[in-house]
Amino acid sequence: MVPISYYLVLAAILFSLGIAAYLVKRNVITIFISIELMLNAVNLTFIAFAHQWNKLNGQIFVFFVMVVAAAEAAVGLAIIIALFRSRQTLNVDQVNLLKG
Amino acid sequence: MHLALFFIFGGLAVLAALNLLLQRHPINSALSLVVVMMSLAVLYWSLGAEFLAAAQIIVYSGAVMVLFVFVIMLLNAGEEERTRGSKIASIAGFPGAAAIFCLLSFVFLSEGHKLGLSHLGGSLDEASSNISQISSLLFTDLLLPFEVTSVLILVAILGAVVLAKKER
Repeated sequence: MVPISYYLVLAAILFSLGIAAYLVKRNVITIFISIELMLNAVNLTFIAFAHQWNKLNGQIFVFFVMVVAAAEAAVGLAIIIALFRSRQTLNVDQVNLLKG
Repeated sequence: MHLALFFIFGGLAVLAALNLLLQRHPINSALSLVVVMMSLAVLYWSLGAEFLAAAQIIVYSGAVMVLFVFVIMLLNAGEEERTRGSKIASIAGFPGAAAIFCLLSFVFLSEGHKLGLSHLGGSLDEASSNISQISSLLFTDLLLPFEVTSVLILVAILGAVVLAKKER
């Protein structure tokens, strides 16, 4: 017997760590990895609430989030490869063409 | 037993996420994300989402992370150099992340008694399995969104091929 709120607090911890990693990392691949961490944290809240209300809709939503995340990973990594080809770097501080 | 399972794998997920934050090399971050996803799969299973636990392992820690590791190896990404990040990130970012965490935990813990307890497995009804329930919902009521995701994946494949193609 675990309170549902424990699962939600765990998801909050993972989400905040994802935000922190997103802000502190300078490597574009690691930034992308921290976005995946945040997506996973949100999925955990969906499943916890689906368990709470005894409805399957939350699990279906997680399924669609997984599909979109897989598509996003494929396109995002292709963009990273294109970026590396043109700039020869993965550091986001050096990708500042649009910076005013 | 359920509580012990939760604390073991929840703690493992938090430790691996911290490791993701602290490691400098991208490959270490990617492999700690695999640990997070595996422990989350166990938690999904303990909440009665057996299908999603399997999909988490197969799709996320299988396919997506192989893609990540592949790209890291392909681009030969080394250790990131420690530069001064943007000022806004350090001034507003960390207090902001901490504030979000405190707000969420406060709400969840103060309203927690209304949410009730979870029981291990938690199958919605004992007669049919989680997979057959999800699939019957997915192929009747939600058939259109399900088919639209296949179009989305097709577009994503085409986009990835076009973007990663060598320019001439």
